[in-house]
Amino acid sequence: MIALVKYNAGNIASVQNALNRLGAESILTDDPNLIRTADKVIFPGVGEAGTAMNYLKQQRLDEVILSLNKPFLGICLGLQLMCKSSEEGNTSCLGIFDTQVRCFPPQDKVPHMGWNNCINQKGPLFGGIETTDDMYYVHSFYAEPCLQTVATCDYILPFSAALQQDNYYAVQFHPEKSGTVGQQMLQNFLNL
Amino acid sequence: MLKKRIIPCLDIQNGRTVKGINFVDIRDAGDPIELAKLYADQGADELVFLDITATVENRKTWIELVKRIAREINIPFTVGGGISSVETVRELVQAGADKVSINSAAVSRPELIREISAEFGNQCVVAAVDTNLLDGAWMVYTHGGRNPTALKTLDWVKQLELLGAGEILLTSMNTDGTKRGFDLNITEQVCRTVNIPVIASGGAGSVEDFKQVFTKTQATGGLAASIFHFGEIPVPALKNYLKNEKIDIR
Repeated sequence: MIALVKYNAGNIASVQNALNRLGAESILTDDPNLIRTADKVIFPGVGEAGTAMNYLKQQRLDEVILSLNKPFLGICLGLQLMCKSSEEGNTSCLGIFDTQVRCFPPQDKVPHMGWNNCINQKGPLFGGIETTDDMYYVHSFYAEPCLQTVATCDYILPFSAALQQDNYYAVQFHPEKSGTVGQQMLQNFLNL
Repeated sequence: MLKKRIIPCLDIQNGRTVKGINFVDIRDAGDPIELAKLYADQGADELVFLDITATVENRKTWIELVKRIAREINIPFTVGGGISSVETVRELVQAGADKVSINSAAVSRPELIREISAEFGNQCVVAAVDTNLLDGAWMVYTHGGRNPTALKTLDWVKQLELLGAGEILLTSMNTDGTKRGFDLNITEQVCRTVNIPVIASGGAGSVEDFKQVFTKTQATGGLAASIFHFGEIPVPALKNYLKNEKIDIR
């Protein structure tokens, strides 16, 4: 059973739909016990960082997330909340990744919206995925590259497309919306 | 490198596509799901579903359709047509829509854009703008281009950005349906006015038209309906052509 952490009003049905297409059972929940006992946890999300962190703290889900040792995947805002802090609402985040989340400078259109590829790919999530394969991104904030970066994407500047620390994985793009390539990545996560 | 987006638009009436014909590879081109799957397999980068009847009575059918689309399609999609309340947006997003397109309702009540953006994020809000030349000035039109307004197009798109729109879907009524190409002039003016992505729509009739809009303007996406539905320009042929022309395409 995969637990999908529920913490905002965004379109989280899409991750569940993608898991259904892969035949994986999942449950959308903010119940700490269900999250603790799941085989794997996905931390999806679109939304605003400050509001999301407040909700996680209220439900004490921040402590639950930090205590897990099973495979954990943050997507989009999920990735950003796993960093130290975010410029979005000057939010202090979970601190799993030793990096900051910043706002894109206005040198090009923001949000970064559409299909883009990523390079310097490392680790099991990228099995069967090429550096020329595109994923779907939509975000106005980005995580600066750091030692835990396992893929970088270039838009206005190079940023972390994926990060990993032990059992904690995170991707800035939306694998659930990235066609067959995204499906491959979710399958790679399910295979961990 | 961020790729330019090719976006087929499907007009839906009572749960069926209106224009789809001439497809050999699908059983039922009137079924939005079959057509959408075909486009996704062919490499479409996003899809737009427009409810062209958009009546209260068929709202339930529409929500059911959106749920089916979300279950079956693994690329982003926008839904639009007659959306005028945050309540409706909530239903559509919960049904699985990634974005909603807002047109006339934003002109009647601009705050709607701010409300949707505050609850769902600006990436969820596609502000659709229909524009045409009136006495030499680009003006905003509503209700499918029938009703002129007193809004100047460039002022309006700037206001939409400030209200929290995540992208602009710009349709030039001047060129819409003519198949003589996108209106490069107003498209580029809008691109220079806002710092959010702009999707060009209206007038695409050939593969060259997409090359023009992607090389002569900063539009990051091109939307079309009938040329895709009637099989005049298959999505793979369009994307291969653009790749050969050295345009960044997935």
